[in-house]
Amino acid sequence: MNKTVLPSDLEVPDDGPLYVAHKKVYPQKVSGTFRRIKWALMGVCLGVYYFLPFVRWNRGLGAPDQAVLIDFPNRRFYFFFIELWPQEVYYFTGLLIVAALVLFLLNSIGGRIWCGYLCPQTVWTDLFYAVERLIEGDRRERMKKDAAGWTLERVSETVLKHSIWLMIAWWTGGAWVLYFADAPTLVMQLITFQGPMLAYIWIGILTATTYVLAGYMREQVCVYMCPWPRIQAALTDEWALNVTYRYDRGEERTSLKKAKELRARGETVGDCVDCYQCVAVCPTGIDIRNGPQLDCIQCGLCIDACDTVMEKIGRPKRLIGYDNDINIKRRQEGKKEIYRLVRPRTVIYCGMIAVVGAIMLYALLTRSLLDVNVLHDRNPVAVKLADGSIRNAYTMRLLNKRGFDRVIAIDVDGPVNATVHVVGVDSVTQDRPMIVLGRDQTTELRVLVTAPLEGNPEKSVPVRFRITDIGLGETAVATDNFVSP
Amino acid sequence: MTDHSEIDKVSGKSTTGHEWDGIKELNTPLPRWWVWTFYATIIWSIGYWIVYPAWPLISTYTTGLFGYSTRASVRVELANLEAIRGEKMVKLAATPLADIVKDPALLALARARGKAAFGDNCAPCHGTGGTGSKGYPNLNDDEWIWGGKLEQIEQTIQFGARSGHAKTHEGAMLAFGKDGVLKPAEIVTVANYVRSLSGLSTGAGYDAAAGKKLFADNCASCHGDAGKGNPEMGAPNLTDKIWLYGSDEATLIDTITNGRAGVMPAWVGRLDPATIKALTVYVHSLGGGQ
Repeated sequence: MNKTVLPSDLEVPDDGPLYVAHKKVYPQKVSGTFRRIKWALMGVCLGVYYFLPFVRWNRGLGAPDQAVLIDFPNRRFYFFFIELWPQEVYYFTGLLIVAALVLFLLNSIGGRIWCGYLCPQTVWTDLFYAVERLIEGDRRERMKKDAAGWTLERVSETVLKHSIWLMIAWWTGGAWVLYFADAPTLVMQLITFQGPMLAYIWIGILTATTYVLAGYMREQVCVYMCPWPRIQAALTDEWALNVTYRYDRGEERTSLKKAKELRARGETVGDCVDCYQCVAVCPTGIDIRNGPQLDCIQCGLCIDACDTVMEKIGRPKRLIGYDNDINIKRRQEGKKEIYRLVRPRTVIYCGMIAVVGAIMLYALLTRSLLDVNVLHDRNPVAVKLADGSIRNAYTMRLLNKRGFDRVIAIDVDGPVNATVHVVGVDSVTQDRPMIVLGRDQTTELRVLVTAPLEGNPEKSVPVRFRITDIGLGETAVATDNFVSP
Repeated sequence: MTDHSEIDKVSGKSTTGHEWDGIKELNTPLPRWWVWTFYATIIWSIGYWIVYPAWPLISTYTTGLFGYSTRASVRVELANLEAIRGEKMVKLAATPLADIVKDPALLALARARGKAAFGDNCAPCHGTGGTGSKGYPNLNDDEWIWGGKLEQIEQTIQFGARSGHAKTHEGAMLAFGKDGVLKPAEIVTVANYVRSLSGLSTGAGYDAAAGKKLFADNCASCHGDAGKGNPEMGAPNLTDKIWLYGSDEATLIDTITNGRAGVMPAWVGRLDPATIKALTVYVHSLGGGQ
């Protein structure tokens, strides 16, 4: 039923100004389940990022032995057993599609859990906070020190903190460049100041971004800069499990002492004791009790903080937990909670991931390792020879994606009685030119096809170049036209 | 419009003193940092005039402290490019032609360099694709007036044809008619005989025996008894399907009457040996090379 909504009904008194001056956040130390999960995931993410370039993978003689390598000078991308050429960049498109779909799936299951646990911004900010806490102390001490002004101890602490931050940031930039060159060699070059200028520039850029984003911008990146919270809000639904203050249990907020008195009299009291621990630990400085909000990155640290308090005061845990509004309403109505992980949204996302993944896998497994492209000469398109026959010239580009040299033969079908000759190649066995293709490279040839005018009355006939690997039997085909003048 | 500033009562700021229909303009000066940045750019520009070329003079310009010029830096870049090419071109110059063709890397280099040099030097006559036109041979086909082997092509590029160079290809088609060697009727007969050599139709009343005799007496010394031509003398093969000037009777009569002596310049002093080698390989690889 529609009700008339007056503009005055929409006015929220606590809307605040359009621009709010930044309020520094001092997250408090917390321990518990979700904190442990965050530590573990941070370890995995950073471990992979910092050490992956040093993992070796034997690809045979002459090929790089780095497991993950983006080799720009030679235009190759290596990922363990996969080697991609520039024209196969669509695999990255597939990878990006899968990544987006996984993000959507995570969103439909647990809202912004990507943001809270795996996003690089969160991981590095968390690490920087850990350093800050180690040197300057916990929330209360940091606030006090910031307010107190400069003392010698404060100066030394600040210098130490920023030095460690910069070292982490520098290591982050350093690890980045190692993905683009042989890691051990580049490390040696870098520390002896023999490295390429570009490497130092990139290390500088990433040192700066890491230092600024994780040391200063922090939650502002998530709140103001990142597009994902906006997109996420449009993609999520009412079943997604978000970090939720279970107000059905928590309200009315009552102080511990008063709650005891009321409970002694047999009255029902909310479990929230208004201790503000959830606010104190929040890395984006929000109050989760205000409900789902754009600033919340779903990291679950408020759950740990609240659980600690609930345990202490002897009330059940998970006053804050991964939940949704549907279940709060159901509990208020005395109904049983329902959780729907399997629902059309998640099933469709899983299905799409499976389909895209299967297509990529299929493309990868059936990827051609021998390829040929042919380009017809434009000027002249055809040449009349002394005996009246017709010759067309083509530029042929052969791709050998295998790690060894191989010999191929070229066959031509199409024009009647056609003969084929490759410029610079003498070896003709059974009228088939034989070419040696160097391993892992392209070879360009000038191919001449000659056919008598008799039997080829058409102005243009299709011509088919078939490339056969003499040893392995692999074939590749390219088609073009044979043109008469 | 009054013109005296006052303090605005609402904002407490001074006005510019400008007023239009009772609307006054607040004086909001630029931020100091902005003004100083502006002054800094002015000072910077003066420094720029001193260091870099800046002001045009009547016949010259102020060159700046270091004599910098973009033209000079282009020259340096070009010299660097030549230095980079240098090594490869030295290798190209030192390798025999037959070996260049067999080495895929050198072949690619020679073809690339040859293609560029061809576009700059040869294309005006022979066409960008080397297809030639009337009087200018097509270099893609397998008919070669002065021979289609690598060495022969190189020699032709070096010294040209009838170029005036001491080593150039000499020998020309004589003007049998103009010089009075053959009468007009004999020229028609021999023209028809030449057409018959490559299977072309002959005119009505053509005497084949007379044509054959005339050919043997006048033409065979250069073109050979069978008309197969002789690359030593630049005499084309008359029995094939390729005609430099045309195969119709009127063109042949013109050729026999007035002779032919197309000129190709000598390139030996104008292009360096490595470039001539590259051109040779390029022309050879167009497809017709023997």
